[in-house]
Amino acid sequence: MESMEEETPRIGVFVCHCGINIGGVVNVPEVVEYAKKLPCVVYAEENLYTCSSEGISKIKEGIAKYNLNRVIVASCTPRTHEPLFRGACEEAGVNKYLFEMANIRDQCSWAHMHEPEGATEKAKDLVRMAVAKSRLLKPLEEPEIDVTPSALVIGGGISGMTAALCLSNQGFKVHIVEKEPELGGMLGHLYKLYPTMQDASESLNHVVNSVKSNKSIEVLTSTVVKQVKGFIGNFEVTVQKANDETANFEAGTIIVATGAPIFEPVGMYGYGEYDNVITQLRLEQLLKDGQLKKPESVVMIQCVGAREKEGRTYCSRICCMTAIKNALLIKDLHPDTDVYILFRELQTYGKHYEEHYRTAQDKGVKFVKYLQEKSPRVVSGKNGELTVNVYHALLNEELKIGSDLVVLSTPLIQHEDARELSQILKVPLGPDGFFFEVHVKLRPIDFATDGIYVCGTAHSPKDTPESVSQAFGVASRAAIPMALKRLRTEAITAVVHENLCSGCGTCVKLCPYGAIEKDEKGVARVTEVVCKGCGVCAATCPERAIEMRHFTSEQVMAQALAALGRTSA
Amino acid sequence: MTFEPRIVGFLCNWCSYAGADLAGVSRISYPTNIRIIRLMCSGRVEPVIVLETLAQGADGVLVMGCHIGDCHYISGNLYAERKINVLKKLLARTSLEVGRLRLEWVSASEGGRFAELVKDFVEQIKALGPSPLAGDKPDKNILAGVLAAKAAAEDFRLRLLVGREKTMIDDGNVYGEKVSEEELDKILNEVIDTEFVRNRIYLLVKEKPLSVKELSERLDLDSKTVLRHVVVMRRRGLITVDRVEGTSPLYTALEVGR
Ligand SMILES: Cc1cc2nc3c(=O)[nH]c(=O)nc-3n(C[C@H](O)[C@H](O)[C@H](O)COP(=O)(O)OP(=O)(O)OC[C@H]3O[C@@H](n4cnc5c(N)ncnc54)[C@H](O)[C@@H]3O)c2cc1C
Repeated sequence: MESMEEETPRIGVFVCHCGINIGGVVNVPEVVEYAKKLPCVVYAEENLYTCSSEGISKIKEGIAKYNLNRVIVASCTPRTHEPLFRGACEEAGVNKYLFEMANIRDQCSWAHMHEPEGATEKAKDLVRMAVAKSRLLKPLEEPEIDVTPSALVIGGGISGMTAALCLSNQGFKVHIVEKEPELGGMLGHLYKLYPTMQDASESLNHVVNSVKSNKSIEVLTSTVVKQVKGFIGNFEVTVQKANDETANFEAGTIIVATGAPIFEPVGMYGYGEYDNVITQLRLEQLLKDGQLKKPESVVMIQCVGAREKEGRTYCSRICCMTAIKNALLIKDLHPDTDVYILFRELQTYGKHYEEHYRTAQDKGVKFVKYLQEKSPRVVSGKNGELTVNVYHALLNEELKIGSDLVVLSTPLIQHEDARELSQILKVPLGPDGFFFEVHVKLRPIDFATDGIYVCGTAHSPKDTPESVSQAFGVASRAAIPMALKRLRTEAITAVVHENLCSGCGTCVKLCPYGAIEKDEKGVARVTEVVCKGCGVCAATCPERAIEMRHFTSEQVMAQALAALGRTSA
Repeated sequence: MTFEPRIVGFLCNWCSYAGADLAGVSRISYPTNIRIIRLMCSGRVEPVIVLETLAQGADGVLVMGCHIGDCHYISGNLYAERKINVLKKLLARTSLEVGRLRLEWVSASEGGRFAELVKDFVEQIKALGPSPLAGDKPDKNILAGVLAAKAAAEDFRLRLLVGREKTMIDDGNVYGEKVSEEELDKILNEVIDTEFVRNRIYLLVKEKPLSVKELSERLDLDSKTVLRHVVVMRRRGLITVDRVEGTSPLYTALEVGR
């Protein structure tokens, strides 16, 4: 590797026609001729499709024949094709970080279809910029690390327990850390579960028992996570018991399954003021304990503190179905009790869901639509009897519904201590306060930090089947690195030039991943496997002592100068 | 020939570069003037590089990152915002138009927005005309200003302040006192003023020894202010007396120091 750094660059440039996608606009032969004249370029050719197997062979042949030690492909975007071309380089013995791309399709021919001359000039510039960077590229090695075959699951609700069982079935050790004295989470407080109407405890007990009897799952109740150090494969976890005792263990991966409590609507619709204004959660408990006295008239109000114009703008996803479920349960117990559901919009999409809505209508549950700007009001009479006034948009009149039980459907919200946990784990919370995945479509249960995953209502409001599906998902995600046992991590990381570092600690504070620490000598040191390669530290370091590999200041400056047609000194 | 600006773009890989790709994929056309450099994060944008790019004659520099809250690296774009803010303050002290630098947020799904912004920026630069620093004969005076700005951006004091800005607002200073945006802006302006002037002085006396009077003429600053800076710079070992002409000492730059 050292000797390679000394080698003079011998660059090969492969310019792609991409059928007519590039060649139909950009004068490819002209770009090839231009490339040949650029410094350090020893070979250039055009390909119909550089990404075809023929094109790939051409790259490999070129490397062998012309003894190339750097390769540039001028074609599409590195976001999709860089891995393929890097692979070709690697197979032909060129370190994959000595590969560079010029984006002459997505950012050139496609955007400038009616300006062939301008597009050709731009393509030449982009190739020149790529050459300028390529000359300065350095080979990089991806550090290899061992992975501890053990997972930490934070939260012992249905999601966390399901994930833990899945992982233990695959032969991994699991620690479940649950802050409450008992496993079970929200399901422990619920009566029956839509869509099957089974007892929540029935589904739950089975899982709790499996977890408790499983020898490879260690359950730590009344315990919270205090500190997490390290990185994927090698997390060092410190937990704290209620009695302040602490314990340490190692984990290869971490699953966040901390669930979500409900919003307590204190001060809304008389909640906290009148005893017979309660939440859906409280209603579930009353039903479960068989303590619900027969009501004459129940009014359920939806979207209480949810789907607001500001703040909690999101839909809590489970409330429409929960209200319908509980309305049906009340109707089953007391068929002559009136049940009203005051809703803004009703969302009962999904398998087996719409049926419940229809059944509720058949059984006489009354659905009344209200407007957000004219939300219902709960007023109390002399003898404590309640009246719910609601403006009926279709009838254009205010209905007055006498009620002896008002039930508020409130959204799931993030735990108060979630921010602390997010800081301990260095993973983000989204604008709505829930744990925030790295990509909503393509990586919906991963965090940007490798080795940490999220499932269940910790991520967003969802019902049990959805939470369980995600739990299966995170278990298989977490199993990948643990099954591989060894991992290669990012090579594009920051590196501190110790002799320049003054130990001011600015970088330590700003690194969003905690990848930088001060070492015994008082200078900054990057933990490579934690570094994600954003380069903020390098751009900020007061002493300019940090170099961002593969995007060094020298390389970026060379590109900028090449863009201006100037050469670096 | 009509003026076709040369614009250098610094785009983050995850949002804005992807947005630029999408413009192409959607066949949305925009002017050919921009040359894009891909970085992993807009937070990687190094002030010194931006100023050098302008000094070397770019007609415009367009920095693009993920929308606030969408940064792939959690907070990188917030740091980008702070750096561009400081860069604009520095540029405002030179005679190069601040409008030659722009920061915008573009998401991966905003191909149309990307194209619009490039179009708009090209118009903006066309209205400003060619950079006085482009071509073989850059305007010496303006260049001196931009180089002083660059030197200030390389300077430890300013960089330390910019690097700590966000933490000072979020977590407070070393004494745990939280600093408000306004207070910080005031401090920032003061430091930028000082650093900029000192670097101008340094670069001027590096060329040839000058007296306080001469310096104050060149910099269009009162001699009292210049003298104050000269005193500090002498103490810090940045400049020294070269010789005395009549009664006034002429100062010259020292290579080391800082
Ligand atoms: C009123 C109501 C009715 C519902 N009805 C239905 C229904 O009929 N059908 C249905 O499918 N779903 C229903 N749900 C939704 C269901 O409760 C959730 O989908 C499910 O509980 C999600 O499971 P979970 O494990 O992700 O979270 P939870 O059940 O909330 O479990 C999370 C666990 O993590 C623990 N924890 C939290 N923070 C920490 C921490 N920092 N450290 C350690 N441990 C922590 C908590 O104590 C808890 O035990 C209902 C929800 C409500 C509120």
